Amino acid sequence: MLSIKNIHAAIEGKQILNGINLEIKPGEVHAIMGPNGSGKSTLALVLAGREEYEITQGMVTFSGKDLLEMSPEDRAREGLFIAFQYPVEIPGVSTTNFIKTAVNEKRKYHGQEALDAVAFLKLMKEKMALVNMDQSLLSRSINEGFSGGEKKRNEIFQMAMLEPKLAILDETDSGLDIDALRVVAKGVNELRHKDRAILIITHYQRLLDYLQPDFVHVLYNGRIVRSGGKELALELEEKGYDFIKDEIGLTAGVQAGIN
Amino acid sequence: MKEELNTLEQTVLNDYKYGFVTDIDTDIVPKGINETLIRLIWAKKNEPDWMLDWRLKAYTQWQKMEEPKWPNVTYPAINYQDIIYYAAPKQKGQLKGLDELDPELRRTFEKLGISLDEQKRLSGVAVDVVMDSVSVATSFKKQLSEIGVIFCSMSEAIQQHPELVKKYLGSVVPMTDNYFAALNAAVFTDGSFCFIPKSVRCPMELSTYFRINAENSGQFERTLIIAEDDSYVSYLEGCTAPMRDENQLHAAVVELVALSKAEIKYSTVQNWYPGDKEGHGGIYNFVTKRGICIGEHSKISWTQVETGSAITWKYPSVILKGDGSIGEFYSIALTNNHQQADTGTKMIHLGKNTKSRIVSKGISAGYSNNSYRGLVRAGKGATNARNYSQCDSLLLGDKCGANTFPYIEVKNTTAVVEHEATTSKIGEDQLFYCKQRGIDTETAVALIVNGFAKEVMNQLPMEFAVEAQKLLAINLEGSVG
Repeated sequence: MLSIKNIHAAIEGKQILNGINLEIKPGEVHAIMGPNGSGKSTLALVLAGREEYEITQGMVTFSGKDLLEMSPEDRAREGLFIAFQYPVEIPGVSTTNFIKTAVNEKRKYHGQEALDAVAFLKLMKEKMALVNMDQSLLSRSINEGFSGGEKKRNEIFQMAMLEPKLAILDETDSGLDIDALRVVAKGVNELRHKDRAILIITHYQRLLDYLQPDFVHVLYNGRIVRSGGKELALELEEKGYDFIKDEIGLTAGVQAGIN
Repeated sequence: MKEELNTLEQTVLNDYKYGFVTDIDTDIVPKGINETLIRLIWAKKNEPDWMLDWRLKAYTQWQKMEEPKWPNVTYPAINYQDIIYYAAPKQKGQLKGLDELDPELRRTFEKLGISLDEQKRLSGVAVDVVMDSVSVATSFKKQLSEIGVIFCSMSEAIQQHPELVKKYLGSVVPMTDNYFAALNAAVFTDGSFCFIPKSVRCPMELSTYFRINAENSGQFERTLIIAEDDSYVSYLEGCTAPMRDENQLHAAVVELVALSKAEIKYSTVQNWYPGDKEGHGGIYNFVTKRGICIGEHSKISWTQVETGSAITWKYPSVILKGDGSIGEFYSIALTNNHQQADTGTKMIHLGKNTKSRIVSKGISAGYSNNSYRGLVRAGKGATNARNYSQCDSLLLGDKCGANTFPYIEVKNTTAVVEHEATTSKIGEDQLFYCKQRGIDTETAVALIVNGFAKEVMNQLPMEFAVEAQKLLAINLEGSVG
């Protein structure tokens, strides 16, 4: 579904990603972990199409199409979804109106008719239950004055509404207390599906306790330096990122040789 | 980041679809203003003597006055001797009916979406169309006159209803009120006149469509609306002009008079040519609009959607003289490219228990500058006066500006005045968030702007609201992304 080949990306001349390779198949849940500044969020933004990043090398295919050739909105319409670390507030635009526009733009792209008000409301009701979304938030301006937990829940609610093929959760656990984390994780688990892949970007193990990834990758200095099963996350939690750094340090010469 | 910022700063040519010129024989007087010109206008309009006195007095006053310098706008000095003060499409004598209208004029207004064909108008809107210096047609006059509503051009009102004109002309905006009002009083050429008699609820929307066509001309029109006791009228105005490199002056005066329990709702969708993307050309829209709630429990409500003009300078105001009277001002002012707007209102509370409400939404894009300027005054006698003001600004990009200048003067301790103001910005992060949800830039901007402007849009009559919403979208086209 998603195939990342040797992606290098830079911002303002500074190289952040240094050759990432990753294959994600439908139904799989992957986690990318890594210390601060390792390039985790950059990877999400590069995939989403944030313009300020310059792709200096590599390619990405998404459902057989060249992802990097597509506009950010077309990537979304093709089924790429990012649950943002810092969801943006948009004053004056109600959550309902925002999501309705998003849903219908996607439908239009796929040659489907816009949902009418009744069908849309029905869909909303159904998906709201998944994340215990509070009805009162829907009529408020999107994310405006929402608590941290409400914002993250709203992201997962949008994910439920848009039914993406690939959902990338960018530090969805950051800033959440344990109850909010549980609610969000439950929502994500409900959205696991054999046709849907999920990529979790996180700093900590705690979200992975709930989400149980199939694969864990460690990102360091813009490169995936280790990949494994969910036990890798536990190992990281136990030993900290330093052990990876040490390991990389030892093999640095070899790595350089490979590249 | 660079690239994206550039797209935000990019100011693409507006798709101004009203910028055409009508090729029609026009009666034009030489450029310049002097006593001879005023006598000439007076003679052309075949006005009574008292009008000449009035005009000349205004002219004398105007010569002693100075152009206001306090608005937050900049423009090169206007050469008042370089303006054509009278330009009228030539018509063959007095029209007996709308069918006799020059086909070229009819086509012009059809192109602008104004049908003068009464049969075809299902919407119940009577329209007076003013081209350059004169009113060329007014629809539904006969039907309206059957219930006592007078709706005609100002020229006709001066001929047919001199007692009403004499009584009210200049009663709300005195000729010496300000520089442009004085100029207007001296040289105004036409405009609309509405009179709603006692206890009549005007059954259709009355409207005036203003069109500037002739080159180098200025448009100086006056509108006077009088609503007698217990009457109601909703009035709309729209305006457009051809695209030209030089600036053209539009200095209008609008006066509203609401007697006891009368209500006047006045809506404007202003779409004068705003100039090109570099700021060349466009209309200077220097307008004085004021209403007086002279009777108790009367109400005047101004709603304006200002999207056009190179420079807008106007403050539709209400004098709340009658006890329990209500004044409202709802405004959306959108500026793009190099447009400048200094607009707002004045609410002058004189009577007891008077109320006013101000909702102003300024949207700035490109290199434009958008200022709200508002005065709320409660006089000594304005016991229990109430005002609520809300001024919100929305910025698109970081090269534009928004300012709020609220003035509050309260001389009665029981008066309560509230003012709230916010400024927000459509930023790259918001646009990216929308795009990541499959919403492209244009749709995202429309979504945000319409959300921002909704409260004011809701005040417009239905059909107008739809038009106005489209206009906002068109005028913002290319302002981002």
